[in-house]
Amino acid sequence: MTAVSAHWLDKDRRKLRVEEFSIGDRIYELVTAACALVVPALVVSIAVAIFAAAWPAFAKLGLSIVTSSSWDVAGGSFGAAPALFGTLVSSAVALIIATPLAIGVAIFLSEFSPAWLRQPVGFLVDLLAAIPSVVYGLWGIFVLIPLLREQVMPFPRDTLHLGATPLFRGPAYGPSMLAAGVILAIMALPYISAVSREVLMAVPRSQREAALALGATRWEMIRDAVIPYARSGIIGGIMLGLGRALGETMAVTMVIGNRPEISASLFAPGYTMASLIANEFSEATNDLHLSALMAVGAVLFVITLIVNAIARWLVWSVSRSRAK
Amino acid sequence: MRALKVAALMLLAVACSKEGANNSSTASSTASSGSVDLTGAGATFPYPLYSKWFSDYAGRTGVKINYQSIGSGGGIRQLSEGTVDFGASDSPMSDDEMKKAKGGPIIHIPTVLGAVVVIYNVPGLTTPISLTARAIADIFSGRITKWSDTRITSLNPGVTLPGTDILVVHRSDGSGTTYIFTDYLTKAVPVWSSSVGKGKEVKWPVGLGAKGNEGVAGQVKQTPGAIGYVELAYAKQNRLSMAAVANKAGKTILASVSAVTAAAAGAAQTLPANTDYRISIVDAPGPESYPISSFTWILVYQHQRDAVKGKKLVDFLNWALTDGEAQAPPLDYAPLPANMASKVRAKLATIDLAAAQ
Repeated sequence: MTAVSAHWLDKDRRKLRVEEFSIGDRIYELVTAACALVVPALVVSIAVAIFAAAWPAFAKLGLSIVTSSSWDVAGGSFGAAPALFGTLVSSAVALIIATPLAIGVAIFLSEFSPAWLRQPVGFLVDLLAAIPSVVYGLWGIFVLIPLLREQVMPFPRDTLHLGATPLFRGPAYGPSMLAAGVILAIMALPYISAVSREVLMAVPRSQREAALALGATRWEMIRDAVIPYARSGIIGGIMLGLGRALGETMAVTMVIGNRPEISASLFAPGYTMASLIANEFSEATNDLHLSALMAVGAVLFVITLIVNAIARWLVWSVSRSRAK
Repeated sequence: MRALKVAALMLLAVACSKEGANNSSTASSTASSGSVDLTGAGATFPYPLYSKWFSDYAGRTGVKINYQSIGSGGGIRQLSEGTVDFGASDSPMSDDEMKKAKGGPIIHIPTVLGAVVVIYNVPGLTTPISLTARAIADIFSGRITKWSDTRITSLNPGVTLPGTDILVVHRSDGSGTTYIFTDYLTKAVPVWSSSVGKGKEVKWPVGLGAKGNEGVAGQVKQTPGAIGYVELAYAKQNRLSMAAVANKAGKTILASVSAVTAAAAGAAQTLPANTDYRISIVDAPGPESYPISSFTWILVYQHQRDAVKGKKLVDFLNWALTDGEAQAPPLDYAPLPANMASKVRAKLATIDLAAAQ
């Protein structure tokens, strides 16, 4: 590597350079190929290890791991359906809150923001991604949960009189699916907004000018010319945020209430698969218990794979439909 | 800074335990100055006391002991695999777990005692409320849902309790604290044993799960009407309001170091001479006993493969059970009753140091 760069600087030895450059190229190729192979090998070996450790539980319990709702370690039943439900619902709530916010931030920063504001706001939004999740969890316990319990939750229940609808039923203690969704939304937001901002900024100027030249207002220009052009990138960003939300452990464990029960109410406590593993792994001594936790990990692994596959497919189909 | 130190210690421990695994068959006496002499892993609950023990003992004798507080389950696993010299646990090993241990029979050495206290948040109360095992079980299984329930008020004459809902907060992570608490309810309340049972994690009929003592305490502090359970040491250091609990003799006792030691003394009276100390002392007899108490154990192999290390371990445990015990009360751990400590030391003498393989 150093030889190659030294020859780049050495202008008098161009003849030699071609020959050595090809050797350098060869080495470079091998090094990058090794890097490229190590990562997939790592993913495969992790998957193999998880499924091997999960196998005893799948063999003994079968699909009841994902279909049964009874998680009772002492009684030997391991049904993680509430955790599966909680993972999907908390992530969905997070995306419902985060997506419009993040895209709004991205559109403002790329289209409307004065130049002096763009850098600091963009930096602060990105900074959200750098905060450790345990800090989010503490903030959730001491700030978010009291706020939800005293200000936010009474609003739909008492002011709008929706307390009888399934979505807002039950006592509002604070730790809940809603709290988990809000925390996850804040954590997923910087990913969605950073990617969206980049792709919006990458939309060619000609695209905007053409729309304006046709008499479009600014809003019509963004809606009809900019966003469709950037759509596949924005979807990619949303999927990145979803990936973050599905796997998040610490912050969610601290605010979701850790109750393995399926409830339609956003005010009810829930559980996620990542929290279940984090809570029980360190004290699991019984073999079937350990294996069942690994099985939950395997299911989470498969779900993230599916989400990534869907993301790929969405990005692909959106960019193809635009090409037509 | 502390995190850095802990990380460095853990790295050391990993390095040393690997070395130990490789050399264990060749009775190495190379554990010299600068390296760690003994490694252990297990319960987080006694860790503050143990770390004080280890640093004091290193200062006195030069024997360095490294301990990873990874949880009782992890301690049992690592000891069974033979990757550490001793384990530590808040709940005794089951017969099944004992059978799986690769190094042969395991001895349970009780070191100190801990207790679990019921904490609550009822605004406006100044004196501790009193509860019985039955009332605690009814609250934690959802049969009592209001503070003004007569099953609570009848235990607290003269105290005005509000008509608000009770929010039960329990541990969400597997924990020796949960084991002790549910062990007590299982022993004292027949309905509990047939419905919920005992374990490091159980299927709670009601309530919210919070992670760690700090999680439970935080949730209880924040929510008016909440009730939960944490370790005595944690509750005392954070000045949480604790309930007084009626013991087997019918007297309501507020948890304290002396009341916990009294529980051990009460239980020790009925102990057979050849006990393996895998005993539960919840709901112990004796008028001054606090009923939700338990030993915490250090686990060692009966047959030590390495005579040098084995000797160091036995010497340390002897010191811990004599001088070490005096350091327990200031840290809110209850020492073993004196007559019991000497019996446990007699048990140490049965450790076999020269088991040739």
